[in-house]
Amino acid sequence: MSALLCTLALMAGCAGVKSYEREILADPIMSFTRDPLSDTYLNHVYDVREAARGATTTDGGGCGCN
Amino acid sequence: MQVRGVMKGSETDTFNTSACCCHRAGTRLWPLLLVGFLLLSSGVSATVLPEDRTDLMYHSYDGGGVTVTGPALLVRKSVGDSVSLSGRYYVDTISSASIDVITTASPYTDKREEFQVGIDYLHGNTLMGISLSSSKESDYLADTFNLNVSQDLFEGLTTVTMGYSQGYDSIQPINSTDQHDINRYKYRLGLSQVLTPTVLLGVSYEGIAEEGYLNNPYRYARVLGAFVPEVYPGTHDSQALAVRIMKGFSSDTRSVGESVRADYRYYRDNWGISSNTLLLAYQRYFANRWLGEVHYRFYQQSAASFYSDNFATEMTYMARDKELSAFQSNSLGVKATWRLPSGNYFFIDRMSLNFAYDYIAFDYDNFTDIRTGQLYSFGANVLQLFISAWY
Repeated sequence: MSALLCTLALMAGCAGVKSYEREILADPIMSFTRDPLSDTYLNHVYDVREAARGATTTDGGGCGCN
Repeated sequence: MQVRGVMKGSETDTFNTSACCCHRAGTRLWPLLLVGFLLLSSGVSATVLPEDRTDLMYHSYDGGGVTVTGPALLVRKSVGDSVSLSGRYYVDTISSASIDVITTASPYTDKREEFQVGIDYLHGNTLMGISLSSSKESDYLADTFNLNVSQDLFEGLTTVTMGYSQGYDSIQPINSTDQHDINRYKYRLGLSQVLTPTVLLGVSYEGIAEEGYLNNPYRYARVLGAFVPEVYPGTHDSQALAVRIMKGFSSDTRSVGESVRADYRYYRDNWGISSNTLLLAYQRYFANRWLGEVHYRFYQQSAASFYSDNFATEMTYMARDKELSAFQSNSLGVKATWRLPSGNYFFIDRMSLNFAYDYIAFDYDNFTDIRTGQLYSFGANVLQLFISAWY
């Protein structure tokens, strides 16, 4: 936990991006989850055909069958 | 029918965390840092509720003798300034004549329906959400509870997320009175970090534990060419760590015209499988109202320790599920979004029409098509058509 908090503190200290500099970051083209339903569907397509699971941009849920 | 296991017991194995300048301070330091973070997080609030939005989709998967189609709907609406409600409905209409089915059983059709309801609550810089989902098909029921908490820090430059899910599956094979259960537990930890005015970094970890009846009641292993029922271990632990980065490109400091994205995920489990996933994507605005995307995805995994294409002798655990074999897949996809002109659409502020297509090529290293004696491979076409509305 302390390692994670230290890393966060260092990263935030380095970032130093002001509020008025974040317009670009708010654009949908900069989102990791621009279309949540589409992302959930595509993750499901891969999830049922591959052994790997987890750490995607969408929450799991329901069954893994298909 | 493919029946994938879903979760298990307790987490015993974790990724090594990288060394940090503060690590030697051990547990004496982190309470002080935690207090500092809480003070920092009380600054300018950047946390907002998810957008009020509805998506209505038609989806189609066609590959390897399997066709899966259906509608999906996601509705989200805020109530006041601090509560957002969501509901999701998803249908898979399945027609399967996959290689597993046609070599050991008969083609079948089935339908899976999934409902999910959720509520998110915003308090200061903290967003808390719970959701319940239920999935049903003729021989498989699954209920899942999800809890997620996210906290903005450093005036919104950093977002830390934590999540927990608990699920229960009930399996009743066709033409059998047996009933089997699976219990599953998921633990998530994530970080989103603004690095520069045009660069975002995301890191996420998820541990999944499951216990119960994890094998497919309809699938068979081969021992010296003879088919015998598969037998899987009763527990399955896995861990995944993903890093993703997004870079925007613009001609000025107030708008962005294009972006590139790179994701990498490492996965391993106690069945001996490890995998690597790489995603590269490029997005850009064009022709005034269009947003286009091209992406490539590479996936590779090793085989489970109890997988064999054809066992030389009977073992305690035996699997011939091609999803547990060694294979790789390559995907190439495009996505186009047309943003409708602004206008009066009753209570709707804006809308978009979306088209997405992916082609996935699967190539198996040690799974044989017993009809031909050759290693198996197939391609799949994945189509999405959906309309999005914001209000």
